Amino acid sequence: MFDTALTAADFIFLAKGAGMTIVVTIISVIAGTVLGIVFGVIRYQLGAIWAAPLIFVLDIFRSIPLLIQLVLANAFMGTILRLNMSGFTVACIVLSMYTAAYCAEIVRGGIEAVPATTRRAARSLGMTWGQDMREIVLPLATRVALPSWIGLALGVMKDSALVYVVQVTELLRSTQILITRLQEPLLLLMICGAFYFVISFPLARFGGYLEKRWSND
Amino acid sequence: MFNYTFQWKQAMARLPQMLDGAIVTMQVAILSMVIGILLAIVLTMFRLSGIRILSAVAKAWVEIARNTPALFQIYMAHFGLGSFGLHLSPFLSILIGITFNNAGYLTENFRGALKAIPDTQTRAARSLGMGAAGAFRHVVLPQMLRISFLPMTNQMVWAILMTSLGVTVGMNTDLYGVTQDLNALTFRTFELFALAAVIFYVITKIVTLGARLIAARLFRY
Repeated sequence: MFDTALTAADFIFLAKGAGMTIVVTIISVIAGTVLGIVFGVIRYQLGAIWAAPLIFVLDIFRSIPLLIQLVLANAFMGTILRLNMSGFTVACIVLSMYTAAYCAEIVRGGIEAVPATTRRAARSLGMTWGQDMREIVLPLATRVALPSWIGLALGVMKDSALVYVVQVTELLRSTQILITRLQEPLLLLMICGAFYFVISFPLARFGGYLEKRWSND
Repeated sequence: MFNYTFQWKQAMARLPQMLDGAIVTMQVAILSMVIGILLAIVLTMFRLSGIRILSAVAKAWVEIARNTPALFQIYMAHFGLGSFGLHLSPFLSILIGITFNNAGYLTENFRGALKAIPDTQTRAARSLGMGAAGAFRHVVLPQMLRISFLPMTNQMVWAILMTSLGVTVGMNTDLYGVTQDLNALTFRTFELFALAAVIFYVITKIVTLGARLIAARLFRY
């Protein structure tokens, strides 16, 4: 009853796609988080009025479909600047900015969750702004921000399914290529979905656990 | 390095077609949101019902919707159901895919909102003689919807952005699909997609501002 044309070579093909998904995700999340922390701190330090240009730019990345961001970036790099970038590079740049836009909000929320009195106490003890940020704000803000950051990282992994539009063959794209060839959509999609689920579910659970564990009430 | 002539006129000439596409995009987003909210309420009741099968269904729905890409869910609706002989039009596939996603995320939001409603209220309603259904409908549900109004707005924005995925299952009437077809005609990729991006931005801004106004009006007290 259950026979399939799926061969070992196809599995390796799928695994390569999965590897691509993970590589793109890791690069974008790391770069995006670093950028996001910088943007978030700038956003917090400047206040809503002086940081308005930054807020506007970051808001654009959150209000335009990722698919369009990728197409636009590809067209901009390729036909306007004529940079001859690979699709992989474009995908990583766009996803990093996309991550940074969300991460900046998470970072700002984390910093704002640190009570002003605690920070004033730190400064009164003679700590510099840098010391206050490192020793006081960082540990306290991390507790607030980490669960949402895990959610963001997982979101980026799921959204990385869209980078097929700049000719990067990640998991969902390789699944689709196999579907076209084997005509067994259900089985292949199940495998693909199971892969995403296996990565995402434990981490999402871990995030939920941290949120429960670290919440003050 | 920078010898590219922008042809904004060509893109602007297609603006009416793209705005028609934007209307289809909004139709999909609003429909998926309305059905998604109704489904999420049903799933929340499943969760609260205490019947094991029903709460397992709700749980599985939420976890699958939240832990797989939206694009995968749309593929599932289009190709997955297709392999059961159920061939859906692109419009229906994208609608089902996004609705599935919305319902999953909203159920999770409702769960958070329910935590904020004290148990004592339900008990008070019950001791006043309301049935379990009456207490849920008249006491818990309105507060739940009110608390999760902001997450619902976010989900609405997400739904609008997700409609752009319809192009992967052959939808060519929504904003992204129309833009891609025009791109195939004119090859003004950057101009056309930049215009589409502006339209998307304006739509999401209108939705978030509108939601804020509605919230200010609804939640005056």
